[in-house]
Amino acid sequence: MEFVAISLLNGITYGLLLFMLSSGLTLIFSMMGILNFAHASFYMLGAYFAYQISSWVGFWPGLLVAPLLVGAVGAAVERYGLRRAHRFGHVAELLFTFGLAFVVEEVVHLIWGKVAVDYRIPAELDGTLFTLFDTSFPIYKGFMMLISVGMLVALYALLTRTRIGLIIQAALTKPDMVEALGHNVPRIFMLVFGGGTALAGLAGVIGGNAFVTEPGMAAAVGSIVFVIVVVGGLGSLGGAFVASLLIGCIQTFSVALSISITDVFALAGVSLPAGSQVARLTITQLAPVLPYLLMVAILIFRPRGLMGARES
Amino acid sequence: MSAPAIRIKGLKKNFGASEIIRGVDLDIHRGERHAIIGPNGAGKSTLFHLISARLPVSSGTIELKGENVVGLKPFEINRRGLSRSFQITNIFHNLSVFENLRCAVLWSLGYRYSFWQRLAGLADARQRAEAVMEDIGLGKRRDTPAGILSYAEQRALEIGITIASGADVILLDEPTAGMSNTETEEAVALIRRVTEGKTLVMVEHDMGVVFGLADRISVLVYGQVIATDAPAAIRCNAAVQEAYLGTSLNHD
Amino acid sequence: MSSRLVTRSRLLLWGGCLALALALPLVFKSGFLISLLCQMGIMVVFSLSYNMLLGQTGLLSFGHAVYYGLGAFATMHTLNAIGKDGGPLVVALLPAVGACAGLAGGVLLGYVTTRKAGTTFAMITLGIGELVAACSLMFPGVFGGEGGVSGNRVIGKESFLGFTWGPQVEMYGLIVLWAFVCTVAMFALTQTPLGRMANAVRDNPERAEFVGYDTERVRLLMVILSGMFAGAAGGLTALNYEIVTAETLNAHTSGVVLLMTFVGGIGFFYGPIIGAILITVMQIVIGGMTHAWLLYFGLFFLFMVLKAPGGIASLIAVQRNLWNAGLFGRMLPHYLAMALPVLILLAGLVGLVELTYALLAGEGVGAGDTATKVLGMQLKLGSPAPWVTALAVTGTGLILTRWIGNRAGAAWNAALATLHGDKA
Repeated sequence: MEFVAISLLNGITYGLLLFMLSSGLTLIFSMMGILNFAHASFYMLGAYFAYQISSWVGFWPGLLVAPLLVGAVGAAVERYGLRRAHRFGHVAELLFTFGLAFVVEEVVHLIWGKVAVDYRIPAELDGTLFTLFDTSFPIYKGFMMLISVGMLVALYALLTRTRIGLIIQAALTKPDMVEALGHNVPRIFMLVFGGGTALAGLAGVIGGNAFVTEPGMAAAVGSIVFVIVVVGGLGSLGGAFVASLLIGCIQTFSVALSISITDVFALAGVSLPAGSQVARLTITQLAPVLPYLLMVAILIFRPRGLMGARES
Repeated sequence: MSAPAIRIKGLKKNFGASEIIRGVDLDIHRGERHAIIGPNGAGKSTLFHLISARLPVSSGTIELKGENVVGLKPFEINRRGLSRSFQITNIFHNLSVFENLRCAVLWSLGYRYSFWQRLAGLADARQRAEAVMEDIGLGKRRDTPAGILSYAEQRALEIGITIASGADVILLDEPTAGMSNTETEEAVALIRRVTEGKTLVMVEHDMGVVFGLADRISVLVYGQVIATDAPAAIRCNAAVQEAYLGTSLNHD
Repeated sequence: MSSRLVTRSRLLLWGGCLALALALPLVFKSGFLISLLCQMGIMVVFSLSYNMLLGQTGLLSFGHAVYYGLGAFATMHTLNAIGKDGGPLVVALLPAVGACAGLAGGVLLGYVTTRKAGTTFAMITLGIGELVAACSLMFPGVFGGEGGVSGNRVIGKESFLGFTWGPQVEMYGLIVLWAFVCTVAMFALTQTPLGRMANAVRDNPERAEFVGYDTERVRLLMVILSGMFAGAAGGLTALNYEIVTAETLNAHTSGVVLLMTFVGGIGFFYGPIIGAILITVMQIVIGGMTHAWLLYFGLFFLFMVLKAPGGIASLIAVQRNLWNAGLFGRMLPHYLAMALPVLILLAGLVGLVELTYALLAGEGVGAGDTATKVLGMQLKLGSPAPWVTALAVTGTGLILTRWIGNRAGAAWNAALATLHGDKA
């Protein structure tokens, strides 16, 4: 019980963080048809920017400035890179973002080195928020939840309550029509791309110190985010939300479970032949592949994803 | 007597709440040239998409030469001898005219997914593609990439790809759309020539083409067939005149 | 179009290439260069197999290294299982085992990946690639864990026609033969019904369905066949390096083959060959000079995506067209005029990157050292002088490139207009 409650809280925290990434990715994909391969690179940039800023002036200014900086970088990338690649079609755009991910990782190597940097949780958030049964729940996790939920509410309000949000929603389904109505679609694209990457940057700011800030973080999170988007259904915000929480929970639960596959089958009354390599694996060891296995299962049994509307 | 080329019964199609095809019953006889006309938005193209399985059917049956084909995939229907063209030109843009046509004949000649035979050695595929190429008047454009042909040439190629496989039921979706008068005349002659002895179903807006080419005409209004008859009878049909021809024929 | 299988010109071209490849070690005798040539041969096969997907079928895969890696591991395990019982002839045939493994992998994984095309296919291949890479770390018994699996390609006491494959140059000969056979086979495939329908599916999958082809099936077959050739390349790499690590099948390797193929040019059969050779040379030569080579590589790739999406092969093709139209002479002075400012610009940029690298992440010297050697020059990183110089050079290069580039661009457009005007 205790284990379930704590893992669930951790899973939701992680899932919300993942949704900050996957929502931006989904918005960009639905609007522009671009799968931003470099999305997790902006997450990484957010963490590094925040690290650099917090080492100069502290965590709180970084929380505000780093996502804005990342968003500015994103908007510039859209304006001066993607828009040009767009002329050559979707493959060129995808390749461009792929190359960008490559370059960002190398630039991070160049500036901050190849090992993890010491990006820490600020002292005022370091401590225990509450103790459930015998396990403590850190303040910072609560803070992450607060920021993510706040961000999501803001995003929802932006999309449903403001003019630009309505235009974005309209452009999601009928970009030609929106352009025909006289809206500057390229500028909206730039805003959406900048906004999506800023969201990723914010996730980096609050995720970088909760986990680890290192050059490999983009690749590690990036493929998980893609899995989420496929599982949730390409272009579906609701699907991305469900899939983010699902994957977040799967990963936190599986990391914490140390029973082996043999034990799992034993619970079901099946005894596996002892000694094989597969049978001895624990769920914890399986943790890294579970999201991908889920993705394969979804592709076989429900190819459009959990809540996907369109087949592409 | 053998089954009709196409028999449609109680066909319905809805997109969300809006019903586009609202219960169509239609028989297309073998060997006839059948035109489907109707005002814009009547569901003519949707009907084609349903027959050729580009869109899934909501309810009803479609029989192709006596066999229910609802639920089959487009390529399965094509293999049963139904071939269609598109209103918006749908060709292989980066391939040459000749390669476009050769791609269209490969399956029907039984080459399937072969990766052990050389294309250049397949005399029958080459001859058939060349014959179609001459038929549609693109012999001089043999090695030109299809993407840089003129519009009329692309429309001709579209028809060429459709008939190349030798399918005996041909669906043409507005074959003369966007053509000048001379081009239309040439296209009509081409269609008449290449569909000789086959079943032809066409959607067309140009009434000159329809009444010149069709043996029978069906009128589709708001997702329902309100009349199917010979051209002369259609012209005099009061319901048709009221629903459609009265306004449109005078303009054409 | 000739319908004969072997025409004289084709025979001359292919035979010439084979003879040239086999004769290269006569000129490049050093061990380093022969290793480089070996790597090139392997990468030629790997990137050609990749282009069967990207260029010919229009499938952008981020997980092609899976097949390469499976081929490599299968070959290595077979090599070790044969042990003393085999001989050089068996070893020479081992890449076929790799090909079978790649083919099997293609059958298994292709079923999942080819259900979708386009962007979804790209994402799924990425996920499948990660899945296999993660699995490879879970089963150290099969994939050797961190250390990888190693073996010895020299087995048995006898030689086969005098070859034991021990010396690197003999291994090179084996690689050339395999690469030649694979290249011929892949070229032949482009001339078959399946190869042509792959092009059709790339151009217009919807129409392909309406001429009777199951596009999923076409994609699946292409993935399987391409996996087979990638597996053969993997088998060669196992024999060449005598060690296979989990890195062989991870996302990085998939990325490299994508970059090579694209830079070479996906629209031409020979494009990937150019890319494989060029990138391998860059990798080893520039990689040996600077730690920042991956950054240069990435920037070069971005440049190609934005400025020359057809890759080097298409640039060559345009030059050939210009030459045939007698316009090449008109462009040549512009090319030469461009060379100088571009070189200045590059020098400035490289200087900046290298200075930053030395200051912040220099290896060998502690990060933040104030004096270090950059490109052989002893520089004081703390002083402004080197930075100002590099910035000035970059600025000059930038201005000159834009200035001369505008003129060259105008001439280029005029030449192309003439060229296409002649055609139409």
